[in-house]
Amino acid sequence: MSDQTLTIALSKGRIFEDTVPLLEAAGIEPLEDPESSRKLILETSLPNIRLLIIRATDVPTYVQHGAADMGVAGKDVLMEHGGEGIYEPLDLAIARCRLMVAGPKGGRLESRHRLRVATKFVESARAYFSRHGRQVEIIKLYGSMELAPLVGLADCIVDLVDTGGTLRANGLEPWETIAEISSRLIVNKASMKMKAEVVKPLIARLKAAVDKHSTVA
Amino acid sequence: MGDRVKESTRWLLPEGIEESLPPEAARIETLRRTLLDLYRSWGYELVIPPLIEYLDSLLIGVGNELDLQTFKITDQLNGRLMGVRADITPQVARIDAHRLKREAPTRLCYLARVLRTRPQGPGGTRSPLQVGAELYGHSGVDSDIEVIRLMLATLESCDIKNVHLDLGHQAIFQQLSAISGLITEGENALFDMLQRKAIPEIEQFIDKLGLPEEQSRWFLALPELNGDVDILEQARAMFANAGEAVLQAIDYLATVGESIRSCCPAVEVRFDLAELRGYEYHTGIVYAAYVPGRGAEIARGGRYDGIGAAFGRASPATGFSTDLESLVRLSGKTAEVQPPAIFAPARNDPALEEIISRLRSQGRIVIRELHGQSADPRRLGCGEILSCIQGRWIVEKLES
Repeated sequence: MSDQTLTIALSKGRIFEDTVPLLEAAGIEPLEDPESSRKLILETSLPNIRLLIIRATDVPTYVQHGAADMGVAGKDVLMEHGGEGIYEPLDLAIARCRLMVAGPKGGRLESRHRLRVATKFVESARAYFSRHGRQVEIIKLYGSMELAPLVGLADCIVDLVDTGGTLRANGLEPWETIAEISSRLIVNKASMKMKAEVVKPLIARLKAAVDKHSTVA
Repeated sequence: MGDRVKESTRWLLPEGIEESLPPEAARIETLRRTLLDLYRSWGYELVIPPLIEYLDSLLIGVGNELDLQTFKITDQLNGRLMGVRADITPQVARIDAHRLKREAPTRLCYLARVLRTRPQGPGGTRSPLQVGAELYGHSGVDSDIEVIRLMLATLESCDIKNVHLDLGHQAIFQQLSAISGLITEGENALFDMLQRKAIPEIEQFIDKLGLPEEQSRWFLALPELNGDVDILEQARAMFANAGEAVLQAIDYLATVGESIRSCCPAVEVRFDLAELRGYEYHTGIVYAAYVPGRGAEIARGGRYDGIGAAFGRASPATGFSTDLESLVRLSGKTAEVQPPAIFAPARNDPALEEIISRLRSQGRIVIRELHGQSADPRRLGCGEILSCIQGRWIVEKLES
């Protein structure tokens, strides 16, 4: 009765590379590689499923609006977006890292003046510090956060930390963990209801793939 | 700075504030009349609540979210804080409880603009044209079914097809969290996770609570309990020991679903026992209508027996609302083919006056020529013209 095609939004790079094995285990193979193709819409081995290749931070917006039925987004991106109108039914357990407060070695958060925090995760940082009753000034940056404390722009940073190598190389250390991050499967509210016949079995297949993957790993 | 607004940006409207031009405005007006006639034929009387009210009355008994959505202004007469309505339903509830105070079931409808501080969804409006109907003074399945049917009839009048109706019930989560002894903070956190169906987070959260095993299973099941009528059977088995109120809520959903299915077979009826987001003041059954190609619901409603109490009369209540402008955009209705407008020359002739009046009273559009005007009648949208032939005025086709 209704249109049962599915659009899945993904970002290039790590999330795409780690998601493809899960999709393949669920029976969906992309017919092209986004690294070599310049197409933004990729067909898959299933005629009713296509992939959108977009920026990681845009994935929740596409899914919230229904421009994509499903997507894969890091928990960090979801926390920034707010997640209104989106379901997050499955932890894909990929692209794992931590959202952390980091600063110069030996420095601590109990500073006399109002702490200046450099980050691109403005909402998450604000929510974290206010939850702990700490008044901070947030400085929005778009990259190379590690630099900010070194040049006196900020006292500390809030950023994703994987191995901690970049922090160490710049004389910083992790101070506090805000959240454990991994990528989530997200689903548009209306798609979950109106395309349940395709969406729910796909979630189940992906869940099985994730479970299998994590027992192997 | 303020007086140096650039010439080119001076005409920009605020974000999320729109205006309607012809012919869209005419389509909105046509649909407005259609819907108000529909509600009248079902016995729903029109009320026109005020645009602005004192905040303590406007926001009584409603949630925090509506407070955030309300624009506030200080009354310069007395310094009290006023709010521009962000939702008309609580106003109509006040009218029923405080002004009308009828003993019999009261059916009311409304259609007016509301203002919200934040847009609904990306690129959404901040000033929807809210239209809805409310039924007061009856608690039970009949009034809920009637209001849902009226909501579906509203969509049908707009020629909106492939409607999915999603039914839920507030009592289920409320009861389960009460039995499990969740305190406000935990209840809110879990509620938020349920609205996102964030199963991984729910698992972690439940794990930490250390609830008895059966109660843990309840909360893990909730985000999965959505789909067709079969899930109600699963829910009955899952919540068998969760008390009478939960089972009654499930039965209630089954009864309403069955009734809607039989009277509106074209509508797909679905259930979702965890979907409670955005229902600010609702206490019982809640429902929303979805259509393909739209990522959010187009109409929603539910039972809200609590609000009236704040105005001194606890009265059972149920109702729905939607945004007329969204309906117009989704409407499959094409404008009815109207006869063309008639051009009337600028002449002083009583016979001409008479025929113009007659044509207008028949519903035809007659546009008079203004002395000295140079525009072609066709550019005024006219397809016909009044011509005087041998002393008689007749309507002729305009030569192209």
